[in-house]
Amino acid sequence: MALQSLDIKARSATSTLSPLVRTAVTEVVKLIDISKCIGCKACQVACMEWNDLRDSVGKNIGVYDNPADLSDQSWTVMRFSEVEVNSGRLEWLIRKDGCMHCSEPGCLKACPAPDAIIQYSNGIVDFHEEHCIGCGYCIMGCPFNIPRMSKKDSKVYKCTLCSDRVAVGLEPACVKTCPTGAIIFGSKEDMIHHAEDRIFDLKERGYQRAGLYNPPGVGGTHVMYVLQHADQPELYHELPKDPGISPEVILWKGISKTVMNIGLGTAILGGIFHYVTQGPNEVSEAEEEKQ
Amino acid sequence: MTNHWVDIKNADLILIMGGNAAEAHPCGFKWVTEAKAHRKAKLLVVDPRFTRSAAVSDFYAPLRAGTDIAFLGGVINYLLSYDKIHHEYVQNYTDFSFLVKEEFGFDDGIYTGYDPEKRKYNKSTWGYQIGADGFVITDPTLQNPRCVYQLMKAHYSRYSPEMVSSICGTPKDAFLKACELIAETATANKTMTIMYALGWTQHSQGTQMIRTGAMVQLLLGNIGMAGGGMNALRGHSNIQGLTDLGLLSNLLPGYMTLPGDAEQDYKTYIEKRAFKPLRPGQLSYWQNYGKFFVSTMKAWYGEAATVENNWSYDWLPKLDKGYDLLQVFENMHQGKVNGYICQGFNPLASAPCKIKVSGALSQLKYLVIIDPLATETSEFWQDYGEYNNVVPSKIQTEVFRLPSTCFAEEDGSLVNSGRWLQWHWKAAEPPGDAKGDQEIIAGVFLKLKEMYRKDGGVFPDPILNLTWNHRQPTSPSPEELAKEFSGMALKDLTDPKDPTKVLLKAGQQLNGFAELRDDGSTACGCWIFSGSWSEKGNLMARRDNSDPYGIGQTLNWAFAWPANRRILYNRASCDLSGKPFDSERTLIAWNKGAGQWMGADIPDFVATSPPEKGMGPFIMNPEGVARFFGVDKLEEGPFPEHYEPMESPLTANLLHPKNDKARANPAARVFQGDWATFGKPDEFPYVCTTYRLTEHFHFWTKHVRLNAVVQPEQFVEIGEELAKNKDITAGDHVRVKSNRGFIIAVAVVTKRLRSLNVDGKRVHTVGVPIHWGFTGVAKNGYIANTLTPFVGDANTQTPEFKSFLVNIEKV
Repeated sequence: MALQSLDIKARSATSTLSPLVRTAVTEVVKLIDISKCIGCKACQVACMEWNDLRDSVGKNIGVYDNPADLSDQSWTVMRFSEVEVNSGRLEWLIRKDGCMHCSEPGCLKACPAPDAIIQYSNGIVDFHEEHCIGCGYCIMGCPFNIPRMSKKDSKVYKCTLCSDRVAVGLEPACVKTCPTGAIIFGSKEDMIHHAEDRIFDLKERGYQRAGLYNPPGVGGTHVMYVLQHADQPELYHELPKDPGISPEVILWKGISKTVMNIGLGTAILGGIFHYVTQGPNEVSEAEEEKQ
Repeated sequence: MTNHWVDIKNADLILIMGGNAAEAHPCGFKWVTEAKAHRKAKLLVVDPRFTRSAAVSDFYAPLRAGTDIAFLGGVINYLLSYDKIHHEYVQNYTDFSFLVKEEFGFDDGIYTGYDPEKRKYNKSTWGYQIGADGFVITDPTLQNPRCVYQLMKAHYSRYSPEMVSSICGTPKDAFLKACELIAETATANKTMTIMYALGWTQHSQGTQMIRTGAMVQLLLGNIGMAGGGMNALRGHSNIQGLTDLGLLSNLLPGYMTLPGDAEQDYKTYIEKRAFKPLRPGQLSYWQNYGKFFVSTMKAWYGEAATVENNWSYDWLPKLDKGYDLLQVFENMHQGKVNGYICQGFNPLASAPCKIKVSGALSQLKYLVIIDPLATETSEFWQDYGEYNNVVPSKIQTEVFRLPSTCFAEEDGSLVNSGRWLQWHWKAAEPPGDAKGDQEIIAGVFLKLKEMYRKDGGVFPDPILNLTWNHRQPTSPSPEELAKEFSGMALKDLTDPKDPTKVLLKAGQQLNGFAELRDDGSTACGCWIFSGSWSEKGNLMARRDNSDPYGIGQTLNWAFAWPANRRILYNRASCDLSGKPFDSERTLIAWNKGAGQWMGADIPDFVATSPPEKGMGPFIMNPEGVARFFGVDKLEEGPFPEHYEPMESPLTANLLHPKNDKARANPAARVFQGDWATFGKPDEFPYVCTTYRLTEHFHFWTKHVRLNAVVQPEQFVEIGEELAKNKDITAGDHVRVKSNRGFIIAVAVVTKRLRSLNVDGKRVHTVGVPIHWGFTGVAKNGYIANTLTPFVGDANTQTPEFKSFLVNIEKV
């Protein structure tokens, strides 16, 4: 999408350096304050409207979550959880699910198609679907189970953090539309600062374990949550407690590549040397017979 | 609202009860979020369900649907028992000290004057004691047993925490915790705001529920204060405008009332409504009723309304009874109605008891639908299988569909819950042949007028003489209509003190209702809107957001009625000497030097009346004060009393277990044929309540793909305990039935709908969201109002959608 090539920090399956000249780049963060969210789904609707998507009219499977899952047409969904953290006090925790825009994106690491996944210097991780080969490795690489494959074109889709809007100085569509201000957007520094005030307020109201969800296992994220119960993220519809890129992906895209390259190189060189040294010394049967 | 949306951010405590502000008003709800974030406000939610509002609350208490008067009566008892009231406020600004007639009484749930046959009260005993001087007699010491304070204290002493818990099912500790939070706002510098909606109006005792809430606020001194008030969250963007303009069947614009059959004489009609002051020095602003009335008739009938013909008073219908929604459909059902012009309304879906409404529509000769959507009502005659099981060949009604514009396709004003008239501009062209409502009505009117003129008729005068001064008679413009409702001078208006001084020339727009006269020199379509379009222009279109006092008083944004006053009764925010009770959130104060009240709001008062004169803040009341004792204003009685809903899981009212007359509202109107349609708890043991979801707006948005995506299919909500009893899992299909019909929907099983202990029994509630029907792009579903009973509030006839009985089973 629309951010300039000079803003690219990393690209999937590409060892060529990305542009480094720009130095004064602000990292952006979308902060979602779950204590203010009323689960109205205006963000879901705004996302579909801005991105010209229309998910299908599905079924109700017995919950408020509609659609029931992310899809190629629904890049964000509300996840509703009814929990009783302190006995006798019911809480309805409503989490806006979507791409977390990790600093160390597992999807980018796992992707074998060059330039299909781009990380911008402001933190946005964007899919460039024109390069997507539909292998689905990004889904395995994502610690949050976000990307979804489209049946129409076998490409994967997810929240873009409205990179096209952000590129021209606008806030993401969901931020603009949120009626209670549960979703806000700005520089990482400002959002973390704001979160601190919110956490202070929540603690005053009795949420002793309120905190900011910005998991270090993926280097921190550019979508952060203010959680009433930051010590139990799993309460929020299985938000992972300590997410990180899976060891298989790290291995497959890390050391195993080097090992395989060495192995491959050795095999080829070995083959050449073997032929050069041994090949001419081998006498064929035909020649033997001629003699 | 007595206050307004932005003012919510000034509250210390927000009570959401009888409503679900986060769900139904997500944008306005941000002011609650602001109050919490910046004022450290607390949010208290009391509701049968743990709603979206409860999800962001600080404290939630459950209660059985329909028992809000018991809960609030318990709060009144708590406040009076612990003396957590604003003494200076109630002593001076309410009828605490007023003496009540000796003949007035209350016996086992029934007030004096009841006629059980007619289900009506003779209210002559429901009044104050009047002295020889014509004023109410008071006892400022509050000791006289007949004073309102003593009577009220005795009345609500029966609402103990144990009684409340037994009736409402609210755990006693939760009830007391709610009381504690509420009681904190009795101090002068702390306020509570109450945000309520249809959870209080849609009951057979709805009006009294609201009144009990208002009484709590008066005890705490929260009316007229910033961050206080009784705030009704209206259910449509312009429903406030509808009621303001008098579109309810018994009203004239500006909350004037149509005459009754017995009021054939104009002078009697005016006298009965132009209340004279009942206490010395009070304004009793309805005294000016004649000015409002005459100005309205001049707007409607122009030159044809003269002093000689009593300003065309004879042309107004005189009501023999109410012609509210339920009455009209009852008449329709009896075959007494020929035709129905149904404009911007979908009664098959919105009115209670679908089978009766469907039968009623089938009796019509013709039905005209004016609507942008293909509503269920326009298709009432089509067989939609289980969703609308009718035989088209048996229905003779001829249906006409006139497609109209939608709000974004026209200019005009909308009046929000905060009484703000806000002008909006057309954003898109209407599709196809759709026309604006004014054009459609103009077309019908002009044709009718022509037919009356040509063919005559029994009584053509009221139609032939209507003013129609529009540049394009076939298409009255919103601007012309707005100017008409704001009002103009018909003759040069001179200063009453100096006839040579011309204040306003003939043809000029008025500045406000203070300029209205009863001599035919002014015309004004809606007196409370007066001033919204003056010679300065369209004040409704103003968009200046400046908030100089920092408390959300943006006086230059749009126009609020009346007279741009943003917070009603704001005189009550100051003590007797004119000093504000709360120095941090000051609305107005008496400025001795300037000789007037001034501040962050327009005074809801005579601006130049000094505190020493003792004029009370409640200027519309003849007493000048607010009433705890409601005199004869409501049908059930001067003090709200808990009555069970018409259909209740209890066979008796726990407050009056031996008096069957006091089980349900003794004054609620029930049509003869409808008694048999009520269900009993042995067959229908579960309480049912209907409500909205954020994702949809009534029956409109199921026609919109995006809304249908985020909430596609009809469901009902049941608690985990009831689900377990009935072997129902989330996702199963269930049949919910009342004595009037059934619906089938997906079951959402939730912790948020708790079973309650009521009178020692376990009571379960079934929740039914309303938004489905058989037209639109969402999954087709049943009309939720198949289930609801055909009975309404005794005062407003608002149907009892929120508390009735059902049974449920897995399909």
